[in-house]
Amino acid sequence: MSKRKSRETHMLLGECLSQAQKILRRRFCHQDVPAMPAGLDSQHKHLLELLRRTAVHGESNSVLIVGPRGSGKTMLLSYVLRELLEEKDVNKNVLQVHLNGLLQTDDRIALKEITRQLNLENVVGDKVFGSFAENLAFLLEALKKGNRSSSRPVFFILDEFDLFAHHKNQTLLYNLLDVSQSAQAPVAVVGLTCRLDVLELLEKRVKSRFSHRQIHLLSALTFRQYLEVVCTQLSLPSDFPDSRFSEEWNNSVRKLTEDKSVEDVLQKHFNISKDFRSLHVLLLLALSRVTTSSPAIQPTDLVEARRLCAADYKANILHGLSILELCLIIAMKHLNEIYEGEPFNFQMVYNEFKKFISRKSRSIHNFEKPVVMKAFEHLQQLELVKPMEASTTKIQREYQLMKLLLDHSQIMESLQRYPQCPTDVKQWAASAFA
Amino acid sequence: MSRYSMRLRIKRTYELEGRQIGTDRKLKRHFYNTLKIKVDGRPEDAVVNVGDYIIIESDDDDNPYVAQLLKLFCDETRKVKKALVQWYVHYCEVPKNKKKLLGRAPHPQEIFYYNDPSCDSEVDAETILGKVEVKHIKVEAPFPETQTNNTLYVKLSWDTKTFKAIDMGLTKPWDTVTTPPKQGTQSPVVESPKSPPPSASSQRGPALRALPTPDPTVMRRASSTSSYTSRTMSTGKIRSREAESIHSASKLSASKLLSEKRRGRATSGPAVRKKLELSSPGKLIEEEMLSKLMDEELAKKVSSPTKTIELSISLVPLMDPRKSRRQEDEEEEAFPLEPLQSPDQPTAATLDSQDTTRDLHGPSDDEFVEEGVTRISAKTPQRKATPRRSNLRGPSRTPSRRKDLSSAFREPSLGVLEEAEHEHSPAEPAATPRSKRKSAQLVSGKILKQLDLLNDQEVDSDGGEEDLFVPSKIDLQSSSDEDGMNGSDDELVSRKSRRVSSSQTPRSTDKRRSSTRTPRKTPSKKAPPPAARTPRRATPSIPTRTLPARNPDNVLEEARARLHVSSVPESLPCREQEFQDIYNFVESKVIDGTGGCMYISGVPGTGKTATVHEVIRCLQQSAVQDEIPHFHFIEINGMKMTDPHQAYVQILQKLSNQKATADHAASLLEKRFSNPAPKKETTVLLVDELDLLWTRKQNVMYNLFDWPTRRHARLVVLTIANTMDLPERIMINRVASRLGLTRMSFQPYTFKQLQQIITSRLNRVKAFEEDALQLVSRKVAALSGDARRCLDICRRATEICEFSGGKQNGARLVGMSHVMEVLNEMFSSSYVTAIRCSSVQEQLFLRAVIAEFRRLGLEEATFQQVFVQHQALCRVEGLQPICVSEGLAVCQRLGACRLLLLEPSGLDLLLRVRLNVSQDDVLYALKAD
Repeated sequence: MSKRKSRETHMLLGECLSQAQKILRRRFCHQDVPAMPAGLDSQHKHLLELLRRTAVHGESNSVLIVGPRGSGKTMLLSYVLRELLEEKDVNKNVLQVHLNGLLQTDDRIALKEITRQLNLENVVGDKVFGSFAENLAFLLEALKKGNRSSSRPVFFILDEFDLFAHHKNQTLLYNLLDVSQSAQAPVAVVGLTCRLDVLELLEKRVKSRFSHRQIHLLSALTFRQYLEVVCTQLSLPSDFPDSRFSEEWNNSVRKLTEDKSVEDVLQKHFNISKDFRSLHVLLLLALSRVTTSSPAIQPTDLVEARRLCAADYKANILHGLSILELCLIIAMKHLNEIYEGEPFNFQMVYNEFKKFISRKSRSIHNFEKPVVMKAFEHLQQLELVKPMEASTTKIQREYQLMKLLLDHSQIMESLQRYPQCPTDVKQWAASAFA
Repeated sequence: MSRYSMRLRIKRTYELEGRQIGTDRKLKRHFYNTLKIKVDGRPEDAVVNVGDYIIIESDDDDNPYVAQLLKLFCDETRKVKKALVQWYVHYCEVPKNKKKLLGRAPHPQEIFYYNDPSCDSEVDAETILGKVEVKHIKVEAPFPETQTNNTLYVKLSWDTKTFKAIDMGLTKPWDTVTTPPKQGTQSPVVESPKSPPPSASSQRGPALRALPTPDPTVMRRASSTSSYTSRTMSTGKIRSREAESIHSASKLSASKLLSEKRRGRATSGPAVRKKLELSSPGKLIEEEMLSKLMDEELAKKVSSPTKTIELSISLVPLMDPRKSRRQEDEEEEAFPLEPLQSPDQPTAATLDSQDTTRDLHGPSDDEFVEEGVTRISAKTPQRKATPRRSNLRGPSRTPSRRKDLSSAFREPSLGVLEEAEHEHSPAEPAATPRSKRKSAQLVSGKILKQLDLLNDQEVDSDGGEEDLFVPSKIDLQSSSDEDGMNGSDDELVSRKSRRVSSSQTPRSTDKRRSSTRTPRKTPSKKAPPPAARTPRRATPSIPTRTLPARNPDNVLEEARARLHVSSVPESLPCREQEFQDIYNFVESKVIDGTGGCMYISGVPGTGKTATVHEVIRCLQQSAVQDEIPHFHFIEINGMKMTDPHQAYVQILQKLSNQKATADHAASLLEKRFSNPAPKKETTVLLVDELDLLWTRKQNVMYNLFDWPTRRHARLVVLTIANTMDLPERIMINRVASRLGLTRMSFQPYTFKQLQQIITSRLNRVKAFEEDALQLVSRKVAALSGDARRCLDICRRATEICEFSGGKQNGARLVGMSHVMEVLNEMFSSSYVTAIRCSSVQEQLFLRAVIAEFRRLGLEEATFQQVFVQHQALCRVEGLQPICVSEGLAVCQRLGACRLLLLEPSGLDLLLRVRLNVSQDDVLYALKAD
């Protein structure tokens, strides 16, 4: 009886945990519409009012949301849009067009996408008919026929706005902004970009048509606020099915953020970047270590997650190299020291390696030159060394000039942690001159 | 000389009275305080003191100018007496297209303080007619209810652009001086009431023969035109006023020459003849014509906007003071001051009475007649020399004046008439300012309305007038022979009636239909889709909204709606000159049925496209009114097409609704423009963003500019681009040569213009403090002169104002603080804030970059080098050094927001780093922490 009961609660715990993880994962992976971003009240108000005026009054507008990567631009926008669409007189009254500069790489594709999303009459199923020129004329005609009071407002949301500025003649931007400045169908052009100098990319006639409203998302968060954000991000919502569990979870989260080692980890993370996206990655890693045996995030989880985040990728690669390859890297390091960063070629590295073999090495036996060459090419494939010039046709492979893409500190660090590294190799690496 | 008028029959002598109050040695002037005007036949002299409000003779006898006397002086010889005055304008003198700026119906007795530094405020003292009473009223205060109509009221000032409240300080001091005694010389009357027999008889000859003067139409025309074109003192002045802007008058533009040239030609054009018939009256039997006109008038009244009605009302009472005055002193020769009552009956009546009185006074004496005439002619040159407010005189002026002079010998008053005709009637169709065109109807409507009223009052005086009219008719006919006026009265009348009917509904609806055909909005639905690849016949449209758009409900929202760039203003301020030039250009081509090219350049946001559109709108309006032939307007925009050759497709589609490929369209257009067609309308083609039509072989531009030169093309091409030297820079010679030299450049707006643009848009919606507006316009003018920018800033300022003030107070004004906030938002560079808001490691990295730059003495370093510095800095700051991957991530983040300029990331450690901000900015931002 008691056994069964305990199993029941255990089951319940597992269920609760997976539920909690699901909610939090969705939050960290940006699949949910986010909560109100912290510290962006004025920006939020500005954007909300602007879009509402377009939706309600039919006033055309254009605005740029500028902020570094991960500062919450998309988050803010989607939050505002959700808020707007909840209003009665906005809902069903607006059309939205979402474009991304990385997807719509030229105006032709962008136009098709706009037409498709607006579902204009030349769209059948998912296909847009007509040539580029026809599409443009068709869209412009459609927008021109609209007017402030009768046609539905259209929100054009251009993610990676700066990439649209690289399109030929900036035709799309000119036309969208021109519509926003003339008495046609009401539109709101919202651009999202992380480039602070985005306006300099615009041609002057395009620039003149832009309203010069920029919403900057430059977070001035302090560490205390940051901790609070962490806390709220990890907390479960109040409508969680099992209230007892969510209470326990939230308590544990609060305790976690007060922990000294966690604070240290978060401080380091905060020092490197304030953005929310990298924070989410960190928390996601910590979250995935939660199991039924330890049903809350422990400080060690976060420390471990932080270690994973902060790992040096190149040092990790070095761990997987053979001794021969490692020796070649060390030889290159010495060459770099001798020639002060001048490029080297395979022959030089080989000579250096031979010297080491003949003089100091006891554990490493001699390799044939083709074998060494093969190891060298492997390094090149891993992009640990890089040829100076792209064209390899004229020069023999042995004499092609190369550069090492590793810092000394990286080499030394990975050598320390290399499993069963021969001592003479270590000594060789540490010695100032070969 | 148009200001020859009957008043010359009164001999006035002017004397500077009182002791000399000052001397300007440099200018050799002696200043006086009082001017005594002695009029023959009056016992007492009129005395005008400095500070008094005076009336000054104008070409339009009915509507003398009002001014305040500021200084009186004469030169060494004491012969030439001059006066320095502050002008006031009647409402009717305000250019018509600005009248709506007042925003309310003017009081009939209202005048405006005229504030225009370019206006010559020095007049010949001998043009002063007398005193008038003027009262200043506060802007908010209502106009006093008075029955005496001799008092004029001032509330606002007019500075040729806007109506403003008067700075009371300007006028107050004099107010005390005024308030003249309410008897004797009171009000406008200065001329002594009694004319002794000899002088009366001396007047008589000319008067008798002058009686015909009031040829109604001419006079009406003259008077009303001049009343509308603010104070017209000389022909040059008139013309400049017609151009609707003072500053424009000062520039001698190509269009002036053009219009001058066309004037000659246009007089023979059919449209012109119609005008002339209308204005050269001699032919018409008065009654008939009157009734006709009245009919027309009635018809118009039904449809005419209320404004014109207001206008006519406002004009009517003007005559009252003088009429009452006239009653006061019967025998007085009130002619020069004859009010705006359209001259036919009333003047005839007065003349009649004058005649009789004069007959009573003494016998008509031929000698006197001679004397009178010679005196007048002798006086002419002197008059001519009197300085006027604006000295601009059209070159074509001289010959007609000479003729006038000669005719003045015969009949001075007739000279006036002839002159009036010379000045107005040919100018009407030829000089072309839009005001003129649009006004033509309004003006005549105005007159007719007055005529109407008068007709009711004094019908009985008709007969006498007709008799008197006869002689002048002949003269006029001879003078206007060149106009090909030899039809009979009946014919004229019938033509007239035809015109009346034509201006009514059937034709106009017809026109409307045809004007809608001008295909700015040809929906592709209508297009017969021969090769429509789109499935179904797709109609381009945006779905309609389910709920209606909400209208603005407070002042700030209202202001915001008005300030939106898209809201089309009623008239475009500040581009009068450019408007005129383009208008003249296009109109001349349309009338001639020829073709031509024009290149318009200017930085973005200076109103190029808007001005052209306004021109086209005006032209289409006058085409609807049948004043110019119909034309087809097509607009293409280089930015709105995917490829330069699409221009052909779009032109063809808009021209004839055909769809074709670019090559085919080109050949079709080629055919169309090179072959004659029986009924071809002129096509006006606007090519916006011309530079984008550039191709390597430039054949698109070549064709566009070549077609207008074809004989049968009848194509006018207006091209717009941003750069002034586009033809020189990108066009090959044969293209540039075909574009021709008709160029125009739009200068960026100055701050005054920007301010005016905002005020005119706001149009009396009080949402901004004066200082705030000035700040915006000065700032924008200093940066770019872009009107769009200016409006956007204002719009944002209203938002900030609205949200900062909370909900309850709707009547807030946008102040300096709001504007400052917007300017900071829009113009301040965000780099410094971005640096301050970046994370610790990012800031450290920037410092490392600068440290490395200093070490290298270069403005560029590789990531590896910087990273070494970065790790050292970390240790100094007591932070744990970060690994290379993290360092690279930091660097890339800085690169993404363009604080750093980076090479593509494939280079890894070797990637070169540069700063996108100046080192000082970085250090400043970091130091402030």
